[in-house]
Amino acid sequence: MPNAGRVDLRLILNGERRDLAVEPFDTLLDVLRDQLGLTGTKKGCDMGACGACTVLADGRRIKACLALAASYEGRSITTIEGIGAPEALHPLQAAFVRHDALQCGYCTPGQILSGLALIEEGVADRAAIAEGMSGNLCRCGAHPAIVAAIAEVAGL
Amino acid sequence: MSGAPFTYRRAGDVAEALAAGTGPGAAFLAGGTDLLPLWKARAARPSQVVDISRLPLAEVRAAASGLRLGALARLSEVAAHADVARGYPLVAEAIRASASGQVRNMATVGGALLQRTRCAYFRNDALACNKREPGSGCGALAGENRGHAIFGASEACVATHPSDLAVALAALDAEVETTGAGAGGARRIAVAELYRLPGATPQADTVLAPGELITAVEVPACAGARSTYLKVRDRASFEFAVVSVAAVLRVVDGRIVHVRLAAGGVAPRPWRLTASEASLAGRAPSAEAFADAAALAVEGARPLAHNGFKIELLRRAVARALRTAGEA
Repeated sequence: MPNAGRVDLRLILNGERRDLAVEPFDTLLDVLRDQLGLTGTKKGCDMGACGACTVLADGRRIKACLALAASYEGRSITTIEGIGAPEALHPLQAAFVRHDALQCGYCTPGQILSGLALIEEGVADRAAIAEGMSGNLCRCGAHPAIVAAIAEVAGL
Repeated sequence: MSGAPFTYRRAGDVAEALAAGTGPGAAFLAGGTDLLPLWKARAARPSQVVDISRLPLAEVRAAASGLRLGALARLSEVAAHADVARGYPLVAEAIRASASGQVRNMATVGGALLQRTRCAYFRNDALACNKREPGSGCGALAGENRGHAIFGASEACVATHPSDLAVALAALDAEVETTGAGAGGARRIAVAELYRLPGATPQADTVLAPGELITAVEVPACAGARSTYLKVRDRASFEFAVVSVAAVLRVVDGRIVHVRLAAGGVAPRPWRLTASEASLAGRAPSAEAFADAAALAVEGARPLAHNGFKIELLRRAVARALRTAGEA
């Protein structure tokens, strides 16, 4: 078994520089949750299918379960903890509350990060939002309300 | 689920990548969207991951002669590139039909071409699969084979190749540029010829040598051609193709002067429909001509127990793609 030890990893995490040492085979998701205690980013399928682990890397949405942590050296990572706080919700979080865009809430952090990035990418209508959010599953079936919340913030 | 530990090395330049990537157990990492799930499922067992994601191979550049896509260009950037949208809409269309927004932000052109089959027997190490474990048998041959090949398969493997982009590139006569083969020289391989048929050795998907690296894809200019990518799948988004068809058609003075058809989801590689193409050359684009071509597309198909429906599906998909390209 290879044992070359840990890999140095510097991240700009929610705007703050973090200097870490990670296993060469750690995913970004496991580093965020297990090493940094940022459990807002959820582990669903861990295979890239569900989107619960969506975070932003240099402003673009990615799946943290498919990201080898060491490969993100120097990158700026934004998680749900960097988006808003209970007393100061991000407008998209507030819209999710208004539209009742969740039930159990497990997929919600990923939905919020994915929705934020999608608005930045640009969407023309609700059909484009539905298509653009296909990488985020909601087993409770809140998709129509999720689309409505994103549409409101996107000004559609 | 998790695979065995591996070491990590970030390549500083192409030479370093080639030196490290040729070693036994080495695997190149670009976007990681296929390698990591394969590793977690123990369908890939790298001892060293060589991170090539920072190499300067991400350019997207259009010239009069054609389009050059760096192997490390992200799919989302390629699809959104103005020159691609304008001159090579088939490329953008196939990418937009692929994966999800998150995955397209991570996945690269080279990685999309080299992604491995979605066959469930390949991706589950409790099941028999000659591609993952040579000699263990093909679980799909007499098992669940609804999604499997109707062309080009063997007794050892009936898996299909899952890439949408590869199907579009095959229809555009694109070539991959590689480096590191044998003496380290560069070579160019037609996209359709990049993949080998499984025969008795399905463990090798492509003709690439160990450590050989795709550096770019070159797409020749196709001025005046109309195209479409038709993807038929079990749900409308974020799903692999059951059957797909890329069609490129150029009509001059009411006659078809250039036509390319490639199908996905039906073979271990993008399946060029050469008999259909030949039947269309010189004809007027008409429903009758398209129906003739569609009938030829399925000649020689060899269905398995659960995928016979793909024959009719492919026939209809070819006819529809030709109608769409013909009317565009």
